[in-house]
Amino acid sequence: MTRNFDLSRPVLAAVAALLAVMIVLPVGWLLVVSLTGKDGGITLANFVALFTDPTFVDPLITTLIIACSVSAICCLVAAPLGWLVARTDMPFARTIRTLVMASLVTPPFVGAIAWEMLAAPNSGLLNQLWRLLSGMPPDEALFDIYSLGGLIFVISCYTFPYVFILVANALDRMPGELEDASSMLGAKTWQTARLITVPLALPTLLAGALVAFLQALNLFGSPAILAIPAGFHTLTTRIWSLFQFPPKPELAAAASVPLLVLTVLLLRAQAMALGRRGYAVLGGKYGAPRPIRLGWLRGPAVALALFVLAMPLFLPYAALFNSAFSRVASRIVGPETITLHNVKFTFLELSSTMPALKNTFLLATASATLGALLALLIAYIVARKAVRGYRVLGFLATAPLAIPGIVLGVGLFLAYTRPPLALYGTLWILLIAFVTIELPAAYQQLGSAFHAVHPELEEAGRMLGATRLRTLADITAPLLRSAVIATWCFIFVATIRELSAAVILFTSETKVLSVLIFDLKESGDVGAIAVLSLTMVAITTVVIAAANRLHARPQSRAA
Amino acid sequence: MTRKLTRRHVLAASTAAAAGSFITPVRAAPPEPTKITPALIEAAKKEGKFSWYTSVDLALGEKVAKAFEAKYPGITMKVERSGAERNFQRIGQEFQNRIYNCDVVNSSDAAHLIVWKRAKMLAPFVPEDVAQYFPDAHKDPDGMFASWRITLCPIAYNTRLVKAEDAPKSYADLLDPKWMGKIVKAHPGYSGTIMTATQQLSRDLGWPWFEKLAKQKVMQVQSATEPPKKLAQGERAVMADGGEYVAAELKARGEPVEIVYASEGTPLITGPSAVMANAPNPNAARLFQAWSMTREAQQLNIDVGALRSAHPQTTDRADMRKFSDIKMLKEEANVVADQADAIKAQYVKYFKV
Repeated sequence: MTRNFDLSRPVLAAVAALLAVMIVLPVGWLLVVSLTGKDGGITLANFVALFTDPTFVDPLITTLIIACSVSAICCLVAAPLGWLVARTDMPFARTIRTLVMASLVTPPFVGAIAWEMLAAPNSGLLNQLWRLLSGMPPDEALFDIYSLGGLIFVISCYTFPYVFILVANALDRMPGELEDASSMLGAKTWQTARLITVPLALPTLLAGALVAFLQALNLFGSPAILAIPAGFHTLTTRIWSLFQFPPKPELAAAASVPLLVLTVLLLRAQAMALGRRGYAVLGGKYGAPRPIRLGWLRGPAVALALFVLAMPLFLPYAALFNSAFSRVASRIVGPETITLHNVKFTFLELSSTMPALKNTFLLATASATLGALLALLIAYIVARKAVRGYRVLGFLATAPLAIPGIVLGVGLFLAYTRPPLALYGTLWILLIAFVTIELPAAYQQLGSAFHAVHPELEEAGRMLGATRLRTLADITAPLLRSAVIATWCFIFVATIRELSAAVILFTSETKVLSVLIFDLKESGDVGAIAVLSLTMVAITTVVIAAANRLHARPQSRAA
Repeated sequence: MTRKLTRRHVLAASTAAAAGSFITPVRAAPPEPTKITPALIEAAKKEGKFSWYTSVDLALGEKVAKAFEAKYPGITMKVERSGAERNFQRIGQEFQNRIYNCDVVNSSDAAHLIVWKRAKMLAPFVPEDVAQYFPDAHKDPDGMFASWRITLCPIAYNTRLVKAEDAPKSYADLLDPKWMGKIVKAHPGYSGTIMTATQQLSRDLGWPWFEKLAKQKVMQVQSATEPPKKLAQGERAVMADGGEYVAAELKARGEPVEIVYASEGTPLITGPSAVMANAPNPNAARLFQAWSMTREAQQLNIDVGALRSAHPQTTDRADMRKFSDIKMLKEEANVVADQADAIKAQYVKYFKV
């Protein structure tokens, strides 16, 4: 037995090589293409064209406004909600946590379509209801979803759960002793919160703000559905419009470079802000945090949580159910008007339904498994500084965040439509795209989980003679089990939702559900969209519930 | 007098020598017309499947597929529906990478067929019905494609939101300030129908008309199949453009949609189909192409889809205005083929998206 042979180096080298191929190849092609002129020579003409053209500068400004607003809104909503759920005796906290996670299952573009049904200025159900109640004249609208504000609202609805999960998980892991000590020393509840809880949670909140910012920056589906009818572009929809015939990938590539630079700067800023403090909050043994008593505020707290949940969850799903069983989405279904027409159409007539379902779930399972494993390895290498140049790995794993999915799609398209790896037209190119796109979030999740596990536990294992991989398998992995399962679920869900790269990379044989829904949206077939979305959410929920059961099962691994 | 009638008259008056007036120069004699023979059916069944890229409204596309599958059991037909301009981009992308998924293609932008023909992407194939009955205006002289569908791109309005006497009668009427914020319109960057219509309207009304329309706070959607649906939902009161067949079908189902054929004339939209040269299922493709041009299939397009047909043996629907009674604008697919990019750029300048 080569029990003591440390396999870590070859494994780490392989991971580094894989990452390089996955990320450097498409990004490299993008950079090359962005710097290539029409004559094939090196030029900055694409960038000059970009920054002197108002049809680029306007979307850039719009996108920054959206990203900042979304980031702020998400933190304002997610932080109190995360705190209520993790640290107080608010009733139904577990249910509320599950429901926020569930809202993440909704693809943002489906959410946008549902909010169209709710808040389109004339036909929106909420506007109709308000007209009925208040006698508002038919031409006026309470909500207009086809507006910048409407778009920011809808993006926030489906972005704040990311921040919420980060915050709630961080607060879960925070040792109760620190707060206990503070109370014992005479601090009031709110003082403890201000002096202990908030500073400890702040790095996570900053990370959350960053995630929200980048999500909003790179989102394609919601703007495509809401901004185009409103008559403006965001950067992603503008880039997408460059792939209309004749495609102009050189301009699209150039347009993605400012995003890349911006993201790198943000990540540097985050690292500097967090760099000086140590945040290993899960060491050997700590007590569970003590819930804070809300007293009479328990009722209002639940009401607030439910109100927040109505935005991404209750209202949109009510609208989707309504339109799934209605002939016209803008009419409330009654016992006399209810119809199975859309269900029949989707499953019996629509010839793309079954192939798309099959492709989607195959890809989601493969991406989640591969992605979680890869992210685990990278997070470990970076957190434990296991190889020289680990920072490069961390950077590479985060880099895809900076590239809009649609541009990454083009990069992959450029990279994999030529020998030796002509993968376009196969499911492999989509698998690579999905793993690459989800890697940053998966890596960040597992990375922050690693930061919370004190290396002393691993060091003990190493000192007792175990190899690095064995320590990882026997000590670190079990401690991170829930984080790994959560990451798997996260990638699974995210893959199902992914639209922006898929919309570039699919062919008719490799169509996925999100693209099918997008095509249906283009022609306004909202009934079928509602049926497909609900089906998708139902299946996803089953898969996640199964994964969580796996999680809950007592550990059976032999020591 | 309408364009189609004119062409029918030309056909009636002329001999086969008149062929060649359509769009592209004749290079060689078209292939012999093909009948649907038992051998073709057998070969198609052996392939067992094929895919059809189209931009026709999805519900209609799937009905066509079901009808074909019922007629020739054992052949599965996959409908790939997307906006014609998006399909065009994708087919080009797939073709460049030597991926041949598409067997039969149908586009609402007739210019696409010209481009594909120039690029030698189409297979010569003339169904018997096309050779025998279709007017020259609706078939390629080299036998590469023929008009599978014909429709118009009219104005329409929601009858609950607009009274008949207040409804717009012309394109000029759409510029009335009373329609500010009430118009929905599809996009030439995504829809072949709208690309075709935009070329005709910009030629006949001039671009300043579009510039003024853009100032009406128009709701911009993508596919020409969507504006009629937005009308039916009551989201907007008037549609500036969209597929006549979708609006007519909604109206027939009792939705509050009424079509207006503008006094300036209504854009004519021809949607040709072709078999791809690299079709992975060439026999199934040919069988479908042949069947789709028969009187039976063309009448189905009219009856369940409210389309128009180039097949002279079909009959118009009673609930739709007679095709020959409608004043139409002249379609110029060859101009669209050359100017599509300029048209899109000009459009984006005014409408911002």
